Amino acid sequence: MSDLIKPQDTAHPMVRSEAVHKSYGLVEVLKGIDLEVKQGEVFCLVGPSGSGKSTFLRCINHLEKVNGGRLYVDGELVGYREKGDRLYELKDREVALKRRDIGMVFQRFNLFPHMTALENVVEAPVQVKKESKSDARERGMQLLERVGLAEKAKSYPAQLSGGQQQRVAIARALAMKPKLMLFDEPTSALDPELVGEVLDVMRGLAEEGMTMIVVTHEMGFAREVGDALVFMDGGVVVESGHPREVLTNPQHERTRAFLSKVL
Amino acid sequence: MNETDQGSVKPGRPEAIKAVPVRHPGRWAGVAVIAVLAAMLGHAIATNPAINWTVIGDTLTNPTIIHGIWVTLELTALSMLMGVVGGVLLAIMRLSANPVLSATAWVYIWIFRGTPVLVQLVFWNSIGALWPKLSIGIPFGPEFWSENSNTLIPVFTAALLGLGLNEAAYMAEIVRAGIQSVDEGQTEAAHALGMSRAATMRRIVLPQAMRVIIPPTGNETISMLKTTSLVQVIALVELFTAGHDIYARTFQTIPVLIAVSMYYLLMTSILTVGQYYIERHYARGANRTLPPTPIERLARLFRGKPVPPAKSDVVTGAEGGGHV
Repeated sequence: MSDLIKPQDTAHPMVRSEAVHKSYGLVEVLKGIDLEVKQGEVFCLVGPSGSGKSTFLRCINHLEKVNGGRLYVDGELVGYREKGDRLYELKDREVALKRRDIGMVFQRFNLFPHMTALENVVEAPVQVKKESKSDARERGMQLLERVGLAEKAKSYPAQLSGGQQQRVAIARALAMKPKLMLFDEPTSALDPELVGEVLDVMRGLAEEGMTMIVVTHEMGFAREVGDALVFMDGGVVVESGHPREVLTNPQHERTRAFLSKVL
Repeated sequence: MNETDQGSVKPGRPEAIKAVPVRHPGRWAGVAVIAVLAAMLGHAIATNPAINWTVIGDTLTNPTIIHGIWVTLELTALSMLMGVVGGVLLAIMRLSANPVLSATAWVYIWIFRGTPVLVQLVFWNSIGALWPKLSIGIPFGPEFWSENSNTLIPVFTAALLGLGLNEAAYMAEIVRAGIQSVDEGQTEAAHALGMSRAATMRRIVLPQAMRVIIPPTGNETISMLKTTSLVQVIALVELFTAGHDIYARTFQTIPVLIAVSMYYLLMTSILTVGQYYIERHYARGANRTLPPTPIERLARLFRGKPVPPAKSDVVTGAEGGGHV
């Protein structure tokens, strides 16, 4: 499809958010988010529940519709086409086309329960990109191997532990060769023992230069792997900076209060 | 247990408990009561001169009855096919974001579910009285092709239309319930991968909805098998009408009805077994282990192994159990 993916073109950011607003009826969830995610960056979004961080993440691949402001992914406006000073909503097909390049990993895994691990990974490349089944299976096995689950290829999600399911979900997202990966609290539904195996896979991805936006409560991961961190509360960005700085020396009272509880 | 050392490994396993099981005298009393009642009923039937066993036997092999069975099966299969296909389409229309589609489906279901199937059968059979000719052409303009309604819609077709279109309205609601039972996260995951709405429905949502759709569809099929007897009102000869025609001549009402009922029971029993296997197929991935087939069950019983309950509801959610 788009062979125009410029490797490490740092000229424009992977994600740029300008005064993004989102409301459900009268409830305003995002009250003007301004931020930039550079290519190859691991960008961590932290904050209390209800702060709007997951909603913002879901806006990036248009699972939620932005009500105000502008959100760009890889230089292109999300969900709309801008012509003159008018915005036109994109058709479902156009939205789907853009989502191919953005992988998403959910808190509750959302694996397809009626398919084996390998079938989960192979589904989108075959159905969406029309790759041949044998090619997709071969690559699917490589991806499962990479997340350490080659021997579980024929298992159904219900036969896997939470950590294994989440690793399959990561392989499933990678199968579409995304240029950006979104992680929505990927370890929050896991037993503490199983968190490590998922974070290890994510760390590996980060080392390979994948651009990642991670909504997380794992401050250790943010500090160690993160390149940038944003603390959100009440639908606004309260504080941002390098994870080590924000986490060790928070400037705002609200950030301090939050961190004192989670650290 | 006189030592408090928690870390020490106890030698060997404790002996298995051999306790006297709880007695259930009530069950035995119940069996006795039912046995007496069954014996009384059996005696009453066996000694009743009105139940003519020769007539029952003759009816079972009567060619009209055998032909009627085929008509019943054909009607059931075809009208259920119409019902399922129509039901899926209507359900998708009703859940569509397109208000025209969803309103159309709503009105269809309102009309076809809201009037008796008997009325619909007679309606389709008498459509010639309403529009003697049916034609294809430009609306309000010239006709290219037309045909006499009664030729176009013979009795069998009228029966199919009556049963099938009515069934589609019921199936639509069953399918809709099935689709809505699938977690929204599934649709989101598919959309996030770039799958279209249609592909998401076909590949992800419907296969999972099947688990919820199959049991009531089995019900509907069994119900349809018997509802086909209503086509008697438009003089289509299926199993019941065949029997009716016989006892109208011979006045052997009860024996003929017994013979006919035997066939209905036989057919519904076969359908029940079929339903079991279809349900088992769609349980794939939902249960960690598939429930045993009836044959496996029997085999285990004879080998004296414990038989697990029929519906092992180990439908595991997304929470991570440590099961490997």
